Amino acid sequence: MTDTLEIGGRKIVNRLFIGTGKFASYPVMRRALEESRAEVVTVALRRVDSSSGTENILDYVPKGCIVMPNTSGARNADEAVRIARLARASGSTEWIKIEVIQDNKYLLPDNLETVKATEILAKEGFVVLPYMSPDLSMARRLVDAGAAAVMPLGSPIGSNRGVKTRELIEILVREIKIPVIVDAGLGAPSDACECMQFGCSAVLVNTAIAIAEDPAGMAKAFSDAVAAGRLAYRSGLPSAGTGASASSPLTGFLHEDSHRQ
Amino acid sequence: MNIKINGKVEKLDRPSTVEALVSGKGLCADRIVIEHNRRIVPKEEWAGIILREDDSIEIVSFVGGG
Repeated sequence: MTDTLEIGGRKIVNRLFIGTGKFASYPVMRRALEESRAEVVTVALRRVDSSSGTENILDYVPKGCIVMPNTSGARNADEAVRIARLARASGSTEWIKIEVIQDNKYLLPDNLETVKATEILAKEGFVVLPYMSPDLSMARRLVDAGAAAVMPLGSPIGSNRGVKTRELIEILVREIKIPVIVDAGLGAPSDACECMQFGCSAVLVNTAIAIAEDPAGMAKAFSDAVAAGRLAYRSGLPSAGTGASASSPLTGFLHEDSHRQ
Repeated sequence: MNIKINGKVEKLDRPSTVEALVSGKGLCADRIVIEHNRRIVPKEEWAGIILREDDSIEIVSFVGGG
């Protein structure tokens, strides 16, 4: 049976979600999305300006992908709700990644405002995936508010530092009954693999893929790492020990002579 | 007549509908969403909304983001 992740009534096979920021061009982005066979991609919503051109990002997102707009730029729940409603009015999606940030140095989310926005939008029928600082109480509040998944950060957005919050995320994985998706900070395929190995349901990666020398190659590497990590988790990763445990038989050594009497 | 478009005050020489404003800016209607005085306006209504002094319009679309 295929191992699928179900969110908002959709069955997702590829547990690597990809963000579309920072790519050198839309064609480069499309190649990365195709190469990785990503099924969920994030986008942002912005004012149209004279530099926007006539190109539209959605024309470069492979058919069948779930488009998940984020509420980046929102500083509180009201602004996030406004952005979410505008995004849904585009007619392309019911999904929304809540992102409420007031801290411009570390881009850490405001969990409290995130809960408020989640509650409002879930009631309006959105499929809500909130980006959050990993905290068990807040994650429980997000579940109660109607979140479809929680998306704790591994390390600050775009930092490529990996999953520095691992122990806190592991608590969420153990205690939270909806999917836990690590979002932000994953810098290498091994980071993504690690998250999957300890039981996360998916990961969201943007910067590490977008700014790689070969984004399509890196997207594929992340996708493979996520699949490997997931399979390892499902296969029952053995626990680590402190001493050695020989892999080869401890009998029949050449140096052993038996001394019969 | 002054109206605010995406946070910037712009002068309109003659009365205009939302639809005329969009086509005048050369924007693709399928790829944008419009808010008129904080209300999201479905495309079907664009032709019927005549802009008034001090109206506020937001025109948004999707871009790359994580």
